[in-house]
Amino acid sequence: MTTSRLGPQPGEVIDRNAPLTFRWNGRAFPACQGDTIISALAAAGERVFSRSFKYHRPRGLLTGSYLDPGCTVQVGDEPNVRGAHRLVAEGMNVRSQNTWPSLRFDVKAANQLAGAFLPAGFYYKTFIRPQRLWPAYSSVLRRFSSGGVTSADSPHGYYDKRYAHPDVLVAGGGPAGMAAAVAAARAGARVLLVEEEHQLGGHLRWGSDTELAALRSLVAEVADCGSIEVLTDSVVIGRYDGNWVAVVQRGLTGVAERLVKARAGVLVVAAGLIERPYVFAGNDLPGVMLSTAARRLVNLYAVRPGARAVVLSANASGDAAAADLARAGVDVAHVADARRGEDILRAHGRGGLRGVELAGGRRIDCDLLVTATGWTAPMTLLTMAGDRPVYSSRAARFVPGAGLGSGPLADVLAVGGIAGDGSLDELVAHASATGAEAARRALGGGSAGPAGAVPVLGVPALGVAEHPELFHGGTHGFVDFCEDVSSKDLRTAVQEGYDSAELAKRYTTATMGPTQGKLEAVNVIAILAELTGRTIAETGTTTWRPPYAPVTLGALAGRVFEPVRYSPMQPWHEAHGARPLVAGAWIRPDHYGDPEGEARRVRSAVGLIDVTPIGKLDLRGPDVPKLLNLLYVNKWSQLGVGRVRYGVMCAEDGVVLDDGVTGRLGEQHYLMSTTSSGAEAVAQWAENWL
Amino acid sequence: MILLTCPWCGQRNSSEFSYAGNVAGRPDPDQATPREWRDYLYLRDNTHGWVTERWYHRAGCRQFFVVERDTVTDQTRDPRAGTVSLNAAEPPTAEPPANQGAP
Repeated sequence: MTTSRLGPQPGEVIDRNAPLTFRWNGRAFPACQGDTIISALAAAGERVFSRSFKYHRPRGLLTGSYLDPGCTVQVGDEPNVRGAHRLVAEGMNVRSQNTWPSLRFDVKAANQLAGAFLPAGFYYKTFIRPQRLWPAYSSVLRRFSSGGVTSADSPHGYYDKRYAHPDVLVAGGGPAGMAAAVAAARAGARVLLVEEEHQLGGHLRWGSDTELAALRSLVAEVADCGSIEVLTDSVVIGRYDGNWVAVVQRGLTGVAERLVKARAGVLVVAAGLIERPYVFAGNDLPGVMLSTAARRLVNLYAVRPGARAVVLSANASGDAAAADLARAGVDVAHVADARRGEDILRAHGRGGLRGVELAGGRRIDCDLLVTATGWTAPMTLLTMAGDRPVYSSRAARFVPGAGLGSGPLADVLAVGGIAGDGSLDELVAHASATGAEAARRALGGGSAGPAGAVPVLGVPALGVAEHPELFHGGTHGFVDFCEDVSSKDLRTAVQEGYDSAELAKRYTTATMGPTQGKLEAVNVIAILAELTGRTIAETGTTTWRPPYAPVTLGALAGRVFEPVRYSPMQPWHEAHGARPLVAGAWIRPDHYGDPEGEARRVRSAVGLIDVTPIGKLDLRGPDVPKLLNLLYVNKWSQLGVGRVRYGVMCAEDGVVLDDGVTGRLGEQHYLMSTTSSGAEAVAQWAENWL
Repeated sequence: MILLTCPWCGQRNSSEFSYAGNVAGRPDPDQATPREWRDYLYLRDNTHGWVTERWYHRAGCRQFFVVERDTVTDQTRDPRAGTVSLNAAEPPTAEPPANQGAP
């Protein structure tokens, strides 16, 4: 086992004094406290972590974040664990998913050779006829489906729910999110600050010494504010009407996941930017990764990502990655500067990167290719709020629409990279001013009414920086890494007439995998635009829908709070062998062992029934008979005191709603009975007429 | 989830309420033709804009009340006051209003 672990790094998040051991496909591996599964494996020199969805191509680390499509693993009996996010725990049993017989040698990789039979929309074209063979096709195809293994014996986890009522909810704990939270808290607001990763800080965490100093000071400011509650390893998964915000909280002790339902006064979206992969032949080979992935490996986990590298850089992140690699002892063979028109043509290798062919034809042997070709702004929360982001060709990404922060969107603001570009100081200043404004609106200082635009007071304007529009190189490559959709598949879809973004998405399944477009949507749109001769703005986007991040059904279901009601006579019933019957919230006896005999006794002699669960409505007043005439189909005007009558209740459409017996206890006093499960509906129905 | 203001309990999540339909004139069941009764039961205008609705505070005071709602923006307002409360914090009125009658 060759180690790729570097010496101590200034920003590392691992604790070298707390070593752990875990298992990967049966073999023991070392890790440090703070390592993710993938960082620990990468530190041990592993490069292949999964096989791809359709072609079973070997896949490695691409983003080094929760989103990483090639880093999904099985942990114990938990499938589809995001290996580049989940922290290693002592004794963890981690396995690769969807590989047979092994990760290294996967029989189904033959799908690559059969790629010609798996074109875009293949499931609409093949395996369809003859229809009688479908059961056979289906059972074979199921073996090829992706995903981990679930076990019926898995214990049901404990899931939790919580309600929160923050004045300001900040989605994203990078520098802008932290600055906005601090400013809002200092202006008197109660703030909920939600960060997807395990620590606050965003990209500052893998940054320079200056950025690390800024990180420490912002984190200290957040900690100093008593009115900021920080949730790490938590994601805002949706924003609904009235700033009803769903947050899923992970990584808790004894709780599998917790769903936080927050009613926020103002939502500040500080989601940052997601680095966008580049499309070219071989772009999915293990060893090809994004600049942020390489920077995370070096700076957070002290892992050398390779031995010899080529960097394709179109921005500062690529330049910084090249510098990080050089500092980590990687031989940086070439930095292709996309701002000067340099490009790469294809990556070579089988099972791993062996070399890169530059656009000019020059070939460089290397085991690491780092690309920094642009950013995707994760607009999900803004579009859920009703914002319509627009494409900026200057910035080569989408930016928020003009209506954000005013009119019906007065309670949603954006800060940080999603809002615009600037130096760290400019972004922090913008976020601070926006955070203070958020507090002012949430606390009722501003007229955040629906009428007219509300000026954002004292918030400096953020522009966007120029960035080359880079989506694909001169060769076809993977666009959607989750679903194994290539730019060639998109071309096929357009040729077959599926040329709108929404149609091409469904036909090719691009953007329909676990990353849900966060990595691939802009590339898909850009390539479709080019194929159809339209602009990106004309091509439009596919719809971003909740949830923003995967959430377990357990978290959505939460704990069971259904009340169960028993009669005070329940011990007597049990002592007499009662079989339970569920009637609404009530458990009542169905029978006592001989239903036929009991029914016969009631018919021929006499029976006793416990009517505790029967609904009872106490009705008083001179007009009770009038009400009863409206509720029941039969007449009630003539019922004498001390008499009872059976009645059938119909809704206004004539369908029977309920039935029961009502008695007249006094001159103006009646007691109505309803069925056990119908009591609530009848009470509402009676209230309806009052 | 939108917020609704119950005149008795104040602002609550709409999940506490059940929707009881548009306020529509109820024809006299003894006089109405089957067609009129069917229209009353089943035919609704799909209004784009302000509508007057009845809601029932199922998980609260168990009272019906009438509210005006914009079907486009989900803003609501009290039909008596004519004021807009776009989910803005608003204390419940001190005196519960007279019960809004059946249709």
